[in-house]
Amino acid sequence: MKKALDEGKLILIAIPVLLWTLLPIYHLFVLSISSQEAMLAGTLWPAKPTLQNFQIVFQQQHYYLTNFWRQMFNSFFIAITTGLLTLFIATFAAFAISRLKVRGGRTIMNLALATYLIPAAFLAIPMYKAMGSYGLLNTQAALILAMVALASPYAIWVLKQASDKLPKELDEAAIMDGATSLQLFRLVYLPLMKPSMVVIGIYALLLAWNEYLYAFLLLSNEKAVPLAVGLGLFLSADDAPWNLLMAAGLLYAIPPAVIYYGFRKNMVGGLTAGAVKS
Amino acid sequence: MTATTMAAPVAAASDAVSGHTRDRALWGAIMLAPYVLVFLVMVVYPVAYGLWLGLNWNSYRALFADPIFIRTVVNTIVFLFIAVNLKFLIALWLSGFFVAQRAWVRIVLVIFILPWAVPSIPTILSFRVMLNPENGMINQQLFHLFGIVEGPGWLTDPTLAFASSIMVHIWKSLPFWTLILITGRFAIAQDLYEAASVDGANKWQQFKFITWPSLATLYVTSTMLSMIWTLGDFNSVYLLTGGGPGDLNHVLSTLGIRYMRNNNLDLGIASIIVAMPLILPMVYFMVKRLSKGAE
Repeated sequence: MKKALDEGKLILIAIPVLLWTLLPIYHLFVLSISSQEAMLAGTLWPAKPTLQNFQIVFQQQHYYLTNFWRQMFNSFFIAITTGLLTLFIATFAAFAISRLKVRGGRTIMNLALATYLIPAAFLAIPMYKAMGSYGLLNTQAALILAMVALASPYAIWVLKQASDKLPKELDEAAIMDGATSLQLFRLVYLPLMKPSMVVIGIYALLLAWNEYLYAFLLLSNEKAVPLAVGLGLFLSADDAPWNLLMAAGLLYAIPPAVIYYGFRKNMVGGLTAGAVKS
Repeated sequence: MTATTMAAPVAAASDAVSGHTRDRALWGAIMLAPYVLVFLVMVVYPVAYGLWLGLNWNSYRALFADPIFIRTVVNTIVFLFIAVNLKFLIALWLSGFFVAQRAWVRIVLVIFILPWAVPSIPTILSFRVMLNPENGMINQQLFHLFGIVEGPGWLTDPTLAFASSIMVHIWKSLPFWTLILITGRFAIAQDLYEAASVDGANKWQQFKFITWPSLATLYVTSTMLSMIWTLGDFNSVYLLTGGGPGDLNHVLSTLGIRYMRNNNLDLGIASIIVAMPLILPMVYFMVKRLSKGAE
């Protein structure tokens, strides 16, 4: 009896939680399979569901979608490059700070943490101005550099923490055997750090894939912008074809969602453990 | 004889160690260099440049004379206070639900993290269309189901539009903080609860004397971190209402960008600099906290 009561209470919580979570996502999906008229009718399910929106998106048959595939490619390119560069920079930096105990490493770590904690929206204008003086405005390099700068601090911090947990004796034994720092890096550190590196690579990749503000500040050419900015273009019209936007938006949301769920165990553990340590 | 045979390997080893010290300093510097370079180019120079641009006193006078700015400061404080506290109370409560030992609760959790896993743009724009007062799904359904002809102006009424932004912000960030608090709850030893219920403690007493004391530090740290990030939430306001209606609902993170896009860069920079006294103490506190935790 008590058990059934408990179960009932849990279900009473679960229902509103699911409704709240799924409503906008459900709405996104419904619009993406609605015709223009069905969309304006605001029904819970379109009278005649259609895949035509996706067809229009795939064939880029609308003014707002002229560069859809190009922008999808840009998103992939920017995200993957950011992921790889961040991984490269952060793996080396974390090794230097955590295992080699390089001088000034602690200071750099704290400065990086401060950068991580200052909201990115407040760094956007200074970074925009700096990109102007570097002559990089309207290049994808500007966006990639900005995303690497924003992703690296957290990446270094998480990798440093993971590296601190590796036993010191491993290094000591290897050094006694005459191993150089590079060998230590390659033979001891890299193999043991792989799981954390996967999490960090994905973290940076998704950060760049999802970014909107920096992308629309730093890039303006419609052929160069990532899909996030391409979708934002729909905001410029009041009577925008929202059903097409939702179809394109759904396609844009699928890659990160697949990655998140594919690596769910690692992501949730890796990112939440790193984010707050009490 | 034993002395010489012993001495050789020890000397070799100490050679290896001192050689290693030099090697280590060299490679440490080389390996840290890429990040230091990125930091100098992408953080130090931009911030210094920004501060230099912010030396113009007239822009602060203009800023404080702008009624939109004053309104924005108030908005930001209200947004922070409501969004962070509401989010954490819900997260605290939901984390208690999600630690229930049921297979189906774990499936609910997998669905629950969706807002965190999918990008902001499509979902926030979905909210925007859904909440459209004339032809959005919510008001149309209010009409169909309840005969309400003129539904609430979710995005056109200033107060409601502001509340909608807070709602979208919470929708997006709730899963992450709930996960953090779930992790915190799992770290509490289960036999404490068993002992307490043997002693006849009710659920509220268990929360008050076991759960809360164990979670308090994590809760406070998380709240602080969430405050900083909420302050930087550009998307929930910009993509949902654009700071409208009539620029009444900006927060500091969207106002700076608005100034910049209106070719008023000086005001944009000034609005960021005046936010620093609010941000930097929190950043300082969190850096100390996080770097201590890392030891």
